[in-house]
Amino acid sequence: MIETTLDIPAIRKDFPILQREVNGQPLVYLDNAATSQTPQQVIDAIVDYYQRYNANIHRGVHTLSQEATDAYEAARQKIQKHFNIAHPYEVILTSGTTDSINLVANGFTSFLKEGDEILVSAMEHHSNIVPWQMLCERTGAVLKVIPMSLEGELIMDEYHNLLSNKTKLVFCNHVSNALGTINPIKDIIDAAHKVGASVLVDGAQAAAHIKADLQALDVDFYTVSAHKMCGPTGVGILYGKEEWLKKLPPYQGGGEMIAEVTFEKTTYADLPHKFEAGTPNICGGIAFGAALDYMNSIGFEAIDQYEDELLNYATEQLLTIDGLKIYGTAAHKTSVISFNIEGIHPYDIGTIVDKLGIAVRTGHHCAQPIMDFYKIPGTVRASFSFYNTKDEVDKLVEGVRRARNMLL
Amino acid sequence: MTIKEIQEEIIDEFSMFDDWMQRYEYMIELGKSLPLIEEQYKTDDNLIKGCQSKVWVHAELDGDKLVFTADSDAIITKGIIAILVRAFSNQKPQDIIDADTQYIDEIGLKEHLSPTRANGLVSMIKQLKLYAVAYQTQLK
Repeated sequence: MIETTLDIPAIRKDFPILQREVNGQPLVYLDNAATSQTPQQVIDAIVDYYQRYNANIHRGVHTLSQEATDAYEAARQKIQKHFNIAHPYEVILTSGTTDSINLVANGFTSFLKEGDEILVSAMEHHSNIVPWQMLCERTGAVLKVIPMSLEGELIMDEYHNLLSNKTKLVFCNHVSNALGTINPIKDIIDAAHKVGASVLVDGAQAAAHIKADLQALDVDFYTVSAHKMCGPTGVGILYGKEEWLKKLPPYQGGGEMIAEVTFEKTTYADLPHKFEAGTPNICGGIAFGAALDYMNSIGFEAIDQYEDELLNYATEQLLTIDGLKIYGTAAHKTSVISFNIEGIHPYDIGTIVDKLGIAVRTGHHCAQPIMDFYKIPGTVRASFSFYNTKDEVDKLVEGVRRARNMLL
Repeated sequence: MTIKEIQEEIIDEFSMFDDWMQRYEYMIELGKSLPLIEEQYKTDDNLIKGCQSKVWVHAELDGDKLVFTADSDAIITKGIIAILVRAFSNQKPQDIIDADTQYIDEIGLKEHLSPTRANGLVSMIKQLKLYAVAYQTQLK
């Protein structure tokens, strides 16, 4: 029995895609860590924008442009409020987490010198590794890795040992996409600040499960992608402390990011527009606001409690399958289960359960260093959202058991 | 048997199954029966690029015919390469170059594969044909 105050059947009706069939079977969508599904309320916001007030923002004096500008800036304020950010101009709307990280990594080029150190956690996905490697190549800074245990938890003693006055930046995800681990980011941030280092937390995986209070965390940068929290693809945020956003140079040139342009010299716009070159994803930004409204109307506390119950039930049931091993058994986890069955390649399991209408992710989840750590080619990853049900967990377990029997 | 005859035999075998679960089961059986590549040939050089799982293919001449051995770390992929090896192995390089692969469509393999696996299948066919081209040149 899974207890919840949520009306799951009613919630499921908000998601039209959950009514469809895949390979003749009702869809069981368990790839929420890659992208979550979109409720009708968000789809309506997208349709409404294109049907009623599609226009470019900030520069137009006509009514449609004003309406679009108001809606876009209202979305920024919703984001500000949701993450308890001090000022709306500390919310930079980007194309998503990867874009946000690259913005910071590029901006830091002029702040690092040879021999400076950057710490990155061992459980990052490629988007939070590669931009920093590129930054190190540009500046001569050194990338050091905060190791993790076999359970998939960061070894905090080792982290403290790595910190020194050479450490300038620390990068860590709030939640690991491949393992589901919730990292102790408050401790990580506080320790980094003690040695004068700044911290970027990749909140892409956390945002759908945890309502982060960014002022309380005192984090320097935080990134989010809308499509992992019931919003559209191609939009997200970079939160940055005002002092940092003022110091960092613009990432891209053109459009809204200018104050004045002559052929001799260009001056840049104030925050947040300094980092928002070109026409932004206007509809996406507005729909992101609608997604936050939707998730808040359900309530993060109830979402967290229900997903936790789903995670525990699924973990218990999957472990009844012979040879099944779960990777990532941290004490604090979100609703992600990464697993393999001894002697079976994860792709094979993914292929068979797909024929049964069950969508799971297989592979290295863009986190190859984690797979190298466990010496495996990849995992099968089932990731749950608040619209999933116990019945769907049962279908997953039955599907994986069937796949095992076919493949071994 | 010619390549065409073997391909028709494979089409006949797959047509015996009503649903896709059975076809997958059969493909898995084919994978399990694949003549395995010798360990020394499971090198990065013999890996087929474009496959999400690992696929090794080795080719060598036996007289005027080309013999393929292969392996994969994923059993369904192994079944796919087994279907290709069965049609192309022990055939003359020129016949492999000239062979069409319509039978893959006829057994419905491609349409039932995920896009990544379908790309892998195309890479596998391309690689087998490239081996044939290379050995054909050698034979001349």
